[in-house]
Amino acid sequence: MTDLADRQKLSYIAAQAADARLNVELETEGMTLNIGPQHPATHGTLRIIVRLDGEQVIWAEPSAGYMHRGYEKLTEVRTFPQVTALVNRIDWLGSFANEVPFILAAEKLMEIEAPPRAQWIRTILFELSRIANVSLFLGDLGVQLGAITPVFMAFRDREHVLNLIEGATGGRFHPNFDRIGGLKDDLPAGWIAETKQVMKKLRNFCDEIESLLFGNEIFQSRLRGIGVIPAEVAKQYGLSGANLRASGVDWDLRRDQSLPLAYDKVDWKVWTHPDGDSFARCWIRLQETREATMIVDQLLDGIPSGPVMAKVPRIIKVPEGEAWVSTENPLGEMGYYVVSKGDLGPFRVKIRSASFNNISIVPWVLRGVYVPDVISILASLYFILGDIDR
Amino acid sequence: MFAVDVPYWAQSLLRVLGGTVAVLLPAGTIVYLFLFKMMSFMQSRLGPMEAGPYGSMQLFAEVGKWLQKEDIAPERADLRIFRAAPLVVLMSTFLLVAVVPFGPDAYFTQFDAGVFYMLAVSSISTLGILMAGWSSANKYSLLGGLRAAGQLIAYELPMVLAVLGVVIQAGTMNLQQIVVKQNSDAIFGWDGIGFPYILTQFVGFLVFMIAVQAELTQTPFDMPIAESELVSGYMTEYSGFRFLIFFIAEFATAGVFALIASVLFLGGWGVPFTWFGWDPANLGTVDNWMNVGGPLIMFTKMMVLAAIIMWVRFSYPRFREDQLQRFAWKVLIPVSLLNIMLTAILKVAF
Amino acid sequence: MVPLSDDTGNDTLALPGDALREGVVQALRDELGDALLDSLIKPNDDVWVRVRTDAWRQAGLVLRDQVGCEYFGFLSAIDWMPSPFGRGEDDPTEPTPERSTEIVQGYTGGDTRMQVFARVTNLSKHFGVTIKADVADEMPAVDSWIPVYAGANWHERECHEMFGIGFHGHPDLRNMYLPTDFEGHPLRKDFPLLARLVKPWPGIADVEPLPGDDSEEGAE
Repeated sequence: MTDLADRQKLSYIAAQAADARLNVELETEGMTLNIGPQHPATHGTLRIIVRLDGEQVIWAEPSAGYMHRGYEKLTEVRTFPQVTALVNRIDWLGSFANEVPFILAAEKLMEIEAPPRAQWIRTILFELSRIANVSLFLGDLGVQLGAITPVFMAFRDREHVLNLIEGATGGRFHPNFDRIGGLKDDLPAGWIAETKQVMKKLRNFCDEIESLLFGNEIFQSRLRGIGVIPAEVAKQYGLSGANLRASGVDWDLRRDQSLPLAYDKVDWKVWTHPDGDSFARCWIRLQETREATMIVDQLLDGIPSGPVMAKVPRIIKVPEGEAWVSTENPLGEMGYYVVSKGDLGPFRVKIRSASFNNISIVPWVLRGVYVPDVISILASLYFILGDIDR
Repeated sequence: MFAVDVPYWAQSLLRVLGGTVAVLLPAGTIVYLFLFKMMSFMQSRLGPMEAGPYGSMQLFAEVGKWLQKEDIAPERADLRIFRAAPLVVLMSTFLLVAVVPFGPDAYFTQFDAGVFYMLAVSSISTLGILMAGWSSANKYSLLGGLRAAGQLIAYELPMVLAVLGVVIQAGTMNLQQIVVKQNSDAIFGWDGIGFPYILTQFVGFLVFMIAVQAELTQTPFDMPIAESELVSGYMTEYSGFRFLIFFIAEFATAGVFALIASVLFLGGWGVPFTWFGWDPANLGTVDNWMNVGGPLIMFTKMMVLAAIIMWVRFSYPRFREDQLQRFAWKVLIPVSLLNIMLTAILKVAF
Repeated sequence: MVPLSDDTGNDTLALPGDALREGVVQALRDELGDALLDSLIKPNDDVWVRVRTDAWRQAGLVLRDQVGCEYFGFLSAIDWMPSPFGRGEDDPTEPTPERSTEIVQGYTGGDTRMQVFARVTNLSKHFGVTIKADVADEMPAVDSWIPVYAGANWHERECHEMFGIGFHGHPDLRNMYLPTDFEGHPLRKDFPLLARLVKPWPGIADVEPLPGDDSEEGAE
């Protein structure tokens, strides 16, 4: 009869074995390598266990959860404004974009709409967070492939966008600016003119990156034809954002659903690419960044005047109901399924994050590629750990 | 030579000091000027500014930092090989510099098989890298070592073949004679600038520089290190003093290869002999101040070539291993073979 | 160069109307018969359906093939039991206040404490469907949706570790986020939020009301 200590030890050993994936039914040839959780290439603490035959991957498995913070449990004990502050930190590079679907879901349940000025400013800040997020991706893409110079240009130009966001909201990384019914504050004086200047700089940056990085033959030979994801597989796994559009699927939540944001008031283009390889994904993100700067320019020209906050009670009790809102976040489709019971805070919030689905395809897409391609495919899929692990 | 009669032990001491300077000075200058400053300016930042005026003492600060670190090794590493590997890599640099001429009388040693010796000895560093990769008991180091094995051996061949063109043109493998020939020959009868072999061996020069970039495992050929994949490749488990040796070896070898390239292709330590009326057949006619001017000229040429190596390093992404190999075997070797053929034909014709 | 898509512009797209949603519910009713237990169409908003537990996978196949929802959004669960810990704002020195333990399900009703739900989207007609199913209180389990959408793999793993719901036919139901030897299912309501147990909620202390505020005392 094993006593408690032995049983605990046995279960601990069994857990370790399971964690290390020492699956003895598989062939024992091939070397098992842990990429991560501490690794320069993974954007955070992602661990990918690969089994290699020389340099070729036989089998790959991401092991997420090193950054799991229990968001969905935390939202159950917080009020709606507190959840807004919490939710900033899921995708921390484009933080404002995380708040928007949640606020829109709450507004749907309350059946109020933010005033037009707030909607436009929300859209502008949304696109700014997209630019901030994706410009870092573009720089980081170079680093993953060995080009160490573009990342400095990316950070330099991204600083301008972060300063803009700080000027409007008070926070560079975690603005916490959206409120149910509108925004916390109006824009400061001179912000619009400065934003126009910054958008020009960012367009220059996009051109620079396009010629420096995307035009490079080595870059293209590293990415073209690598990690091809057909459209059918992409839809099955729920890939979103640039990953989906790179496989030729013409789907953009900004255009294809009606939300109280100002996208239908401006002229812009959805970029797709038929190839579905890593180069397509990266290329589309570059084009979308440029497109975002042009959207912001058009929006700046036409912001309606008026209040930025609708009439909402001081203590907000959201009526009973369920609502689902998803938006085209920088990383992909991010959505919140908010269940409310008429309380000060939600009853259950299901956070559908883009990177969770984007990374679930990794075991499928990494079969048979080389180790350097593992890095470049991960770089092109683009994830944020906070988004995967919530 | 000077009238002073220097005893043999003093000569050996001078040679040791000179060798150390010849290896470390290029390394230090390259690290500061190019790695710290040029790379920073290209990336629109300033680089180290604190240590010394404009950060010039940064390298000393770094050396001090690494020297005072604990000498650790992984538990399951093969300790003797683990400890020896960095020394092997650095040793090949010192051996390489032994045969490079710095002036008419400023050389460590000179013999008729100089080029042959140089090419042979440059592959000792490959051994060191393999030793580091294998003995580290780390899968990343192993991958880096395996990649290094394939890459460094593959790129030996274009290097050898590129140099062969120069040897055919010079008619000798003695490096000092190659320098003399470059500075005293005439191009189609005009000897205004001597005859640096880069003019006719431009293909060979290009192949040599690419091969050197690969031998130094610099981007775009830095698969063995591949910082975003293998953390540091074969150097992952090294820290402190041993990492310092790898670091110095990397940049010292870059400097020494640049020295060799300037000897083979750019005319080495010399200025065209016709400018000063020296006699190529008798090196004694070359003035004594060339023993000071020669190293300075070599240093300048080395810095130019090292700048090119570093500039490419900071600009390009890296090749994948199989693309790298394909490039060596299917592009560089045929091109350099063609170069040799053409050189031989043209040499006989003219 | 590879040809790129044309300018898709943003001309007036036919956004889904209620007629379309009613068509969806009708199609489901035709295919599933009485396995479709309930449905709700919120005007100008969205459509919810609830199916019988044993028809979960079949409903998924119908959604994917007949209704054309090829895009997999997410799959998760809701625990409808009110939390016995309230909002974690109880003063530990006071006795626990009385709380309702009545289980009230949301849209499209339900009979059990926990429900699985999923969201799928039809990309060509631009609508989405939220589908729910009850799971039994004892040994909660449904069929796995992996044959329907390959991406359900990870979502089912997370649902299993967070709620304890089994998925028949899932090849590898390991924990997604938590260590393998973790005991309990965190997102169930009777699993306490440990942070609030370890340290009492700081808002218990009386706080002065904000100037000009007519709300009750106590920070919110």
